Amino acid sequence: MDPAYIEDPFTIWDKLRVTCPVAHTERRGGAWLLTTYDDVTKAAHDINRFSSLEVGVIGADEEVEPDVLLPYGLPPISSDPPLHTWTRRLLLPWFSHTRIEGYEVMTRDLSRHLIDGFIAEGHADAAADYAQQIPVRIIAKILGVPADLSDTFTGWVRDVLEFADVKERAKSGGDAIVGYMIEQLLLRKEHPQDDLISELAHTIHDGEPVDDGVVLGIAGLVLIAGIDTTWSAIGSSLWHLATHPDDAARLVAEPELMDSAVEEFLRVYSPVTMARMVTLDTEFHGCPMHKGDKVLMNFPAANRDPEAFERADEVVLDRSHNRHVAFGSGIHRCAGSNLARMELKVALEEWLHRIPEFHLAEGAQVTWAGGQVRGPRSVPVVF
Amino acid sequence: MRVRVDDDKCQGHARCHALAPEVFDVDDYGHSNVRHDGLVPAGYEEKVRLAIANCPEYAISEISVSE
Ligand code: HEM
Ligand code: SF4
Repeated sequence: MDPAYIEDPFTIWDKLRVTCPVAHTERRGGAWLLTTYDDVTKAAHDINRFSSLEVGVIGADEEVEPDVLLPYGLPPISSDPPLHTWTRRLLLPWFSHTRIEGYEVMTRDLSRHLIDGFIAEGHADAAADYAQQIPVRIIAKILGVPADLSDTFTGWVRDVLEFADVKERAKSGGDAIVGYMIEQLLLRKEHPQDDLISELAHTIHDGEPVDDGVVLGIAGLVLIAGIDTTWSAIGSSLWHLATHPDDAARLVAEPELMDSAVEEFLRVYSPVTMARMVTLDTEFHGCPMHKGDKVLMNFPAANRDPEAFERADEVVLDRSHNRHVAFGSGIHRCAGSNLARMELKVALEEWLHRIPEFHLAEGAQVTWAGGQVRGPRSVPVVF
Repeated sequence: MRVRVDDDKCQGHARCHALAPEVFDVDDYGHSNVRHDGLVPAGYEEKVRLAIANCPEYAISEISVSE
């Protein structure tokens, strides 16, 4: 991917929204790119014309053979109703806002512990030493897998999402996740524990135990969807605060703005873009789409659409009307949104409490990942 | 003030609960229910207006009290 696009896609989207709101690209086998709030949310709700069987932004150019171990892909994200409906219901209670409140203390302790590790040095990488370290450990706890393996999990997930261009890398990451989940599933069939994988392994749906392929898909999805996304959001927010000292000072002085600030960071630095597959020859916003075409729902661009938001490109910490769609829209609304919001809030609160003043290190090389998930990978700061 | 949540539209973003927990209760499956039969207790109108303006699914609406 073009590095300039990864660093600043916003000016390109601004142009597209005006000149060509539904852009067509021949790159990567051809795809339609939706960039307005209206088009993106319409497509997300139109599940009959836009299927979730293919949601990867960087998708296979050729037909891929179905994975024998994951015959259902990664439900619910890669499925349409009816499979979507019941697999999503299995997952939702694990991420309800009441359940998530129970993880807040752990998230706070973890954040404090990470800060203890570098505060005396006067500098840190806000992305790699902090943001990246938090979500993976909470997800490990929910899945019931050891937090010591955090770096390994992070590596696999990056292979799948960030290096999706590099086929071998994406495949080896995906295979490693499935292989690991198979082992974990077998262990829990014998010895159930109090965790998501155990519960899925012992759930009866329609009078039958849930198929192993579905359990593996859901567990793999939680790992893939819960780590890179949230770490990207925490990293972008800290990058913003490091480069906008007025906003950092305001949040320190007015901590009650944190809730609206979190929503605003999610809007302006939305990490996730998703794809859909067109199910029939059709017309959308005047564009002739064909069965099998890919459509990219650019949630980040939708969230900066000036038709939908005043001062769309500005971070307004106390923005009071914010219907952003960083977590998607419609039936696939991010199942982990309560968790992601809590982690983002706690990580920022703890950072600002201990490190109220900080800025980018001189000559800092901030690097960004783009594509399906956008966020900074390195944000060297001094304080 | 009386409000309702359209079950077909609500997708559980839980913004309503975050902004006005006294009025909206979101269950384990992400469905929002309005407490007190939709009747907003006095003093919470402003919070409820915020919830309406922040629901990404346009699922919350004010209904006239006579309805
Ligand atoms: C800031 C962090 C996050 C962002 C921006 C984000 C974004 C998204 C988006 C845009 C979707 C919609 C996908 C679609 O329409 O195809 C989605 C779905 C999903 N997300 Fe997240 N996500 C985040 C964190 C998490 C976390 C922490 C989890 C925890 C497990 C998670 C689990 C899921 C799942 C399971 C789905 C599929 C829901 C369905 O298809 O019904 N996400 N996410
Ligand atoms: S904010 Fe809207 S979609 Fe979300 S739970 Fe409340 S009513 Fe439902």
